[in-house]
Amino acid sequence: MVKTGRSAPMLRAVCRVQARAGMTTQRRPLVQAEALTRRFGDLVANDAVDLTVYPGEIHALLGENGAGKSTLVKMLYGLLAPDEGRILWEGAPVALPDPTAARALGIGMVFQHFSLFDALSVAENVALALDDDAPLAQVAERLREVSRAYGLPLEPDRGVWRLSVGERQRIEIVRCLMQDPRLLILDEPTSVLTPQECDGLFDTLRTLRDEGRAVLYISHKLDEVRALCEAATILRAGRVVERCDPRTQSSASLARMMVGTQISDVRRSAMRDVSGPVRLRVSNLDLPSEDPQGTSLKGVNLELHAGEILGIAGVAGNGQDELFAAISGEAEAPRADAVVLDGAPVGHEGINRRRRRSAAFVPEERLGHAAAPRMSLSENALVAGHASNGFLRGGLIQRDRMLGWVDSVTSAFDVRKGPRDPEARDLSGGNLQKFVVGREILRKPDLLVVMQPTWGVDAGAASLIRQSLVDLAQGGASVLVISQDLDELFEIADRVAVIFTGRLSAAYPVRELTRERVGLLMGGADPAAAQPEMEESA
Amino acid sequence: MTLAVAIALTIITAATPLLIAAIGELVVERAGVLNLGVEGMMIMGAATGVGVAIVTESSLLGVLAAIAAGMALSALFALMVLGLAANQYASGLALTIFGLGLSGVVGAPFVGIQREGIRRIELPLLSEIPVIGPILFRQDPFVYASIALVAGVAWFLWRTRAGLILRACGENPVSAHALGYRVLRIRLYAVLFGGACAGLAGAYLSLVLTPFWTAGMTAGRGWIALAIVVFASWLPLRAMLGAYLFGGLIILQLHAQTAGVNIPSQFLAALPYLITIVALTLIMAARRSAGRGSVAPASLGQPFAPAR
Repeated sequence: MVKTGRSAPMLRAVCRVQARAGMTTQRRPLVQAEALTRRFGDLVANDAVDLTVYPGEIHALLGENGAGKSTLVKMLYGLLAPDEGRILWEGAPVALPDPTAARALGIGMVFQHFSLFDALSVAENVALALDDDAPLAQVAERLREVSRAYGLPLEPDRGVWRLSVGERQRIEIVRCLMQDPRLLILDEPTSVLTPQECDGLFDTLRTLRDEGRAVLYISHKLDEVRALCEAATILRAGRVVERCDPRTQSSASLARMMVGTQISDVRRSAMRDVSGPVRLRVSNLDLPSEDPQGTSLKGVNLELHAGEILGIAGVAGNGQDELFAAISGEAEAPRADAVVLDGAPVGHEGINRRRRRSAAFVPEERLGHAAAPRMSLSENALVAGHASNGFLRGGLIQRDRMLGWVDSVTSAFDVRKGPRDPEARDLSGGNLQKFVVGREILRKPDLLVVMQPTWGVDAGAASLIRQSLVDLAQGGASVLVISQDLDELFEIADRVAVIFTGRLSAAYPVRELTRERVGLLMGGADPAAAQPEMEESA
Repeated sequence: MTLAVAIALTIITAATPLLIAAIGELVVERAGVLNLGVEGMMIMGAATGVGVAIVTESSLLGVLAAIAAGMALSALFALMVLGLAANQYASGLALTIFGLGLSGVVGAPFVGIQREGIRRIELPLLSEIPVIGPILFRQDPFVYASIALVAGVAWFLWRTRAGLILRACGENPVSAHALGYRVLRIRLYAVLFGGACAGLAGAYLSLVLTPFWTAGMTAGRGWIALAIVVFASWLPLRAMLGAYLFGGLIILQLHAQTAGVNIPSQFLAALPYLITIVALTLIMAARRSAGRGSVAPASLGQPFAPAR
């Protein structure tokens, strides 16, 4: 029914009918995995995993990075063939030789690592995932309708290479919904959405559930899971360790099941003294974006004190990339004094000269931007750190020192890897993120600028990274965190500013802020108008 | 006036084999495969085409045999780079060397045998129009076929779903595989199409342009076709522009040489290459500054082996 692009009210009417029908029929599992086992060489990624998902339920699949969630859902989607075990669809065993077969049954999947084609338009990307041969114009029309009906706005003719991470995720979700799936698999869908967007997505998912569809939901945000899901299967090291109703659990108890041990909250002294000297000052920065479809910065002002963590919230694509580029030196500022670092105008300086001033930068994309995928960790450390780490003597690489540096980063930040010095692309997302953040923090910078520090990272790794940012600030360094994860900013930041269409709001102390107010600012509401509301709620 | 028409006609004959080979390679590269063996497939097409035509006394069978020879060589290439995920650069170079050598063997019995070239098709009445008549409506079938190929490939790549899928395989084979497309099979079809085009281009050389066999008669045209694909930013119409620009410059410099222009002939002979590169580079630069993003298929030349 999604295919025909019915309007939202009609959809809801249909749901009610189907929900009632669902209540009278007996509850029969929609999909069952029985003792699925899949090995990769010596590694047993899934060890006799059982999973049962009923129609009309949102089922959470929980586990740390590397616990085997992705392997399991890939088998359900026909991307990987199980070594042992079988999959039942409505009680009957099915073979899933490829995703087309899975889609024919009614299984749709939103991937964690986007499966989009950068050089193609939004509509073309969607058309590729549909199994019927509809003309592109028709696909674009349906895409508009579905994206409007589910509150996920998209412009069909845009090229994907111009879109932010958040917008790309929207394509994935809409693309799936257009296939009219009976089982929708979502791999960490909310990590890049604003609170309002999340609420919109949850409404969408609840609608889908009420329509009698099943949702298999992978997330690291345990609060979300508790609010949304009726059932949960928890994986650890390839095995099912627990099944529960997440509504009856606390976030802490869920985290314990996932990790097997207690996850520590981020420790921070309640009130840090942030009245130290201004370390980074951006004043009246106008910067046209290099990307014609990007967001230009308009009159951005910010001050970052020593010992302070300043968070910058905002929906993807509102100028975060440009702001990061201007501060890191990837983009040159129009005036030298538009960016002032420790009193020195650095607007015209390149990234390495800023690094030598004891600044460090961690960009958003860990693979491809922060690290070169096919280079080893030590080579990556060399490339990023040669300005200050002294890996060279007389122009020759000091391999021992480099490996020693990799060892110290991996032990300090608990980076789990196979060989001593693997290629960056062989690390899981969470472990690589720990490496690229750890690599900068171990240099003990006076200024750290980090973008999306914990995107797609499991709870254990996220907590470790956040703690290390807090520790760095407590040691007197200044930390600028550009993130779309509000929970993260509320957890670690001292002050939060919001970026919207290239303009940066004033920075407000976190204790004076509410999620609602930040959400309004992220949506472009006038700060002055948002003010009284905040005071009422506060 | 008649000289101008004659020049125009020779330009078209110089450009047509380049265009046919380039359009085939363009499809291959759009699917993410770089086949540097165009020269080898082309010369095998030339040798096989003229040989079969002489033996069977049928130009049509000669052309079909040339296409089959090009496809056979490209199938060998596909076996290496798709079946065995071998390095595409090395395999393509090997294919060129192999084709140059094998064509000498295949063509050996036919050295020095001359036969009548394939005749031009004259459209009645239309070909009587002065100037444009002979240029547009009195051409050999290959010229019409090359134009149809350009239009067909452009339509296929941008107007059909199959073309979209093929481009997707060239952009991101991992994602295409994740969506359930048989990346290797699609790439195989593209490689075979490229082989057929290269064989056809070879047949044009030995059945129309110089209707007999000499070893090494492709004379680097396969490499020029490869260069045209790159400088045409993988766009069919621009490949046509590039082929005609290059063909035109070759002919013009020949005329300049015979007219006794006081420039060293080596420099004149190099000029077409130089001007073609400059012109197409400028087009590419203009396209990039217009913000059209990266132009090359993103996964061009990278082997893909699906894990299951």
